[in-house]
Amino acid sequence: MSQPGLWETLRGIIWRDLLLAIRRRSDVAISVLFLVIVASLFPLGVGPEPAVLRTIAAGVLWVAALLACLLSLGRVFTADYLDGVLEQMLLIAQPLPVLVAGKVFAHWVVSGLPVVLLSPLLGLQFGLEGEALGMLVLSLLLGTPTLSMIGSIGAALVLGVRGSGLLVALLVLPLYVPVLIFGAGAVTSSMAGIGGEANLSLLGACLVLSVFFAPWATASALRIALE
Amino acid sequence: MNWSKYSAPLAFYPLAGRMIPWFGTVAALAIAVGLYIGLLVAPTDFQQGEAYRIIFVHVPAAWMSMFLYVVMAVWAAVGLGLNARLSFMMTQAIAPTGAMFTFLALLTGAMWGKPTWGAWWVWDARLTSELILLFQYAGVMLLRTSIDDQRRADRASGVCALVGVVNIPIIYFSVQWWNTLHQGASVSMTAAPKMATIMLTGMLLMTFGFWMYSLAVILSRARCVILERESLQLWSKPSSVPEVAGVR
Repeated sequence: MSQPGLWETLRGIIWRDLLLAIRRRSDVAISVLFLVIVASLFPLGVGPEPAVLRTIAAGVLWVAALLACLLSLGRVFTADYLDGVLEQMLLIAQPLPVLVAGKVFAHWVVSGLPVVLLSPLLGLQFGLEGEALGMLVLSLLLGTPTLSMIGSIGAALVLGVRGSGLLVALLVLPLYVPVLIFGAGAVTSSMAGIGGEANLSLLGACLVLSVFFAPWATASALRIALE
Repeated sequence: MNWSKYSAPLAFYPLAGRMIPWFGTVAALAIAVGLYIGLLVAPTDFQQGEAYRIIFVHVPAAWMSMFLYVVMAVWAAVGLGLNARLSFMMTQAIAPTGAMFTFLALLTGAMWGKPTWGAWWVWDARLTSELILLFQYAGVMLLRTSIDDQRRADRASGVCALVGVVNIPIIYFSVQWWNTLHQGASVSMTAAPKMATIMLTGMLLMTFGFWMYSLAVILSRARCVILERESLQLWSKPSSVPEVAGVR
């Protein structure tokens, strides 16, 4: 029997994770609902003044997206860790970072993409329109994969550790800060009329760097967790 | 002389004990002279008045906070690469001192900012990235204490420390990359310093003193870590207990 190639293995892992997510739809629904509820709390707390809402929109929506991503990080590896699939994954004769990248990509499709798709609706709630709304969607599209990539490092480090849910927040949130600054900055500067392209470029740079380095760090964290 | 024998924790323990008093004395002297120059000898700044004198603590503390993080990450890398126990013990010993200097830099910065900028805190790039450094120290320390298995705790917090190194160049270059309220560097390796020589002398003396203080404190903390972790090995050979504990 011939060994499956790298691409076949990668496709198999992505497909399996997506299939599992489709069969457990409520998990996905929870993090999306969480995003909507958190975003709706702010107008209630700050007050429904349209001018105020428009100024805080970018920051609030980005922070909400960040928290939604954080909330779903536990799902990347925990189930596979508990039922032993992860151990088998470590034994596959393909480079582990590539397999990790596949799992993280599946996680982004399940938890990041819904955020991106939902963001125009939430942006409208906050009175964003036109170019700023498009910039919000673009910045989230470039930023959320980075969040998943960086988050996977934290998720792998705290695998099976007590109090892991809170610990992963402490480890990962400081590293999320640049993405938050550039992402919210893109929307704010496009609203100010200077265009958000510079911030989008920086977000793209963050994405490229994290795609290159994060799977590697995550793979070594997984090996440490399972040795 | 074969230095590699000191990579064994039980051989390192007495060596560290012999070095601590030296580093401690030098640190006390350098800090005393540095404070004397900084508080009494150096002239008053014509723009900032007497308030500027806090830089004699602030700048060295900020330098040490970044420097110690890099040293911690290097020890973590050595530990992960060579699988040496002492490296991870050093990583563990460095983190609290680094966090202390980060906190000191933030605190003195706030005390300087109030009279000079009129605000305790502003959200500019330098201050924010230094605050994130404090969170990173906390993360590394908490990850270690949360994992019961010693080997996994060492390696996981080592990876965590290495990942956080990306923040160090961001802190260092933040005043150049962004238009910050925090002033740019007054001292650099390549250009003449933009401050009076006596001020520079005081600041460098303070930095040297903080550095020696860090060495003394980190080594004595490393000794505690060794005693704690190697206790089983010590108890299995009862004769070595008084021998190890007796050596200063």
